[in-house]
Amino acid sequence: MAKTDTAVAEKPVLMRDQGKVRYTLHQMRVNIGCYGMLAPFMILFTIFMIIPVIMSLPMGFTNFNMVQFPKFIGLSNFYTLFLNDDIFLTAVKNTLVFAIFTGPFSYVLSFFLAWLINEMHPALKTIFTFVFYAPSMTPSVYVIWQLLFSGDTYGYFNSVLLDLGFINAPVQWLTDTAYMFGVVIVVQLWISMGAGFLALRAGFQNIDKSMYEAGAIEGIKNRWQELFTITIPSMGPQLLFAAVLQISAAFTVGVVGQSLIGLPSTDYKVHTIMNHATDYGTIRYEMGYASAICFVLFAAMLLVNKFINWLLAKYLD
Amino acid sequence: MSKKRKKKDIEKLRVKDKKKRVNGSLGGDIVIFLFLCLLGIFMIFPIYYALIQSFKPVHELFVFPPKLYVLDPTLTNYSDMFKIAASLWVPLSRYIFNSVFVTIVVTVANLFVSCMAAFVLAKCRFPGSNVINKIIVTALLFTSQALWIMQFLVMAKLGMIDTYWALILPSIATPMNLFLMRQSISTIHDSMIEAAKVDGAGLFRICWGIVIPNSKPALMTLIIFAFQAAWQIQGGSLIYSEELKTLPTILQQITAAGIARQGVTFATAVLLLIPPLVVFMIAQGNVMETMANSGIKD
Repeated sequence: MAKTDTAVAEKPVLMRDQGKVRYTLHQMRVNIGCYGMLAPFMILFTIFMIIPVIMSLPMGFTNFNMVQFPKFIGLSNFYTLFLNDDIFLTAVKNTLVFAIFTGPFSYVLSFFLAWLINEMHPALKTIFTFVFYAPSMTPSVYVIWQLLFSGDTYGYFNSVLLDLGFINAPVQWLTDTAYMFGVVIVVQLWISMGAGFLALRAGFQNIDKSMYEAGAIEGIKNRWQELFTITIPSMGPQLLFAAVLQISAAFTVGVVGQSLIGLPSTDYKVHTIMNHATDYGTIRYEMGYASAICFVLFAAMLLVNKFINWLLAKYLD
Repeated sequence: MSKKRKKKDIEKLRVKDKKKRVNGSLGGDIVIFLFLCLLGIFMIFPIYYALIQSFKPVHELFVFPPKLYVLDPTLTNYSDMFKIAASLWVPLSRYIFNSVFVTIVVTVANLFVSCMAAFVLAKCRFPGSNVINKIIVTALLFTSQALWIMQFLVMAKLGMIDTYWALILPSIATPMNLFLMRQSISTIHDSMIEAAKVDGAGLFRICWGIVIPNSKPALMTLIIFAFQAAWQIQGGSLIYSEELKTLPTILQQITAAGIARQGVTFATAVLLLIPPLVVFMIAQGNVMETMANSGIKD
């Protein structure tokens, strides 16, 4: 990335003439305009993103009910969380299962869809991109799915299955523990073709066509060889961007379950780490404990992100 | 002039290249097309179903099994929606006002703030710029969905619970929009900025007079993403006054009445869906162009 030095000082100020601190201070003074333009974003960003993330650790060490001043209780929250809270362990397990489906699975799916769409006629490309992206911008997702999966005979799936004779009585899709998991995964997959999918779509379009010609001359015979030898290696940055968004979606899958099924769900069957934090944070007002849960969630997200970075490192410049 | 012609020639060649596929067979194309159609049906079905149901009169809504077409389309569900909305605690116009107000303020503020920050981060080097760039890339992970419980705590401390601030402020500084804008600004040639600087333009003028007008696709993309996000803002437990709630919450109220209002629920769902879809359709080309630069490079 090319960067211009905005420092237009009258006489060149060199670092070796002054100390490092003074040089930095000088640079800061010269670039004061940059800070000014950055300030509005950074102030809001700090208040609503950085502070919430960082605060989750110290708050996790306290007992805080939003009314009294937080009381320091050491590691007690974390002890309870990992050793005494059975529901949290269920939540971790559920989150991992969801994360596998909505993370890697939907990631690979959006990659393949982007790839397949890219082979189509330009008009079809536009249509398919729109069709796959449309669900992720639907604000009324949950209500539509609630009615499709409605537990009485008027729910679409129930009536079709009843009509075809697969079932004799309506299925309680949203309260029967046997089906809830599947339902949440389906809905999560349905809304998962978001910005990451668009990035991958654009990434495919970006690849220099001459590369494929060169590949053909070198003896690449089919689509698959083309994919693994040319396409994937030249899409590293886009793959990483999509991965980041996918991780974030995978770990916050609890929102889908919460909106679709409610909180808490029957037998905590689709309870995730996110739901657990919501439960303690906004229902029981045990903010200290909720912060501890959030901290664990953030740490897990960062770790997975590091792992993906490491995995894709060879495709990045 | 000759340069321009050359560019055109190159573009023509590219178009030719696109038509000629190097690898791939006709059979494969057909299989792929069918597969995409199948998945496409899965993706579009719920939306289609909502649309169809919203036009059905009552006697068709409760036919068993539900039909995927309407025999006697009617707008009763839509007019009923306004009737029900009129009987709510707070008039419908208030919800509409809240939604439109929040959406406009969030979108405009988001653009203003992200564009300036993106320009500075893409084109200037100053102490701290590298660190901030790294933080932004990491922050892509933490969407407001993941953060909202901790945000709740911060906002409670700031006394913003149950005010418009709670709806607006957290959605203004989004790392993703900043990131997309930064990526596309960094493709702009430095010489343009240098020239403006020689002419004596300040950073602010360079940003809004030269850089942003030259990144229209990215600007359109930002509008779409900001709009989509803002249109979905509900407030959740940050808002409890009915007067401050937005349109999506109305949908939940109507749904709460149960299956009898199925038609009205679908009508509301369809109405809510229209604005983001239309905005996206208009600017799809711009979005794809911006997303092409979205890769994370170290």
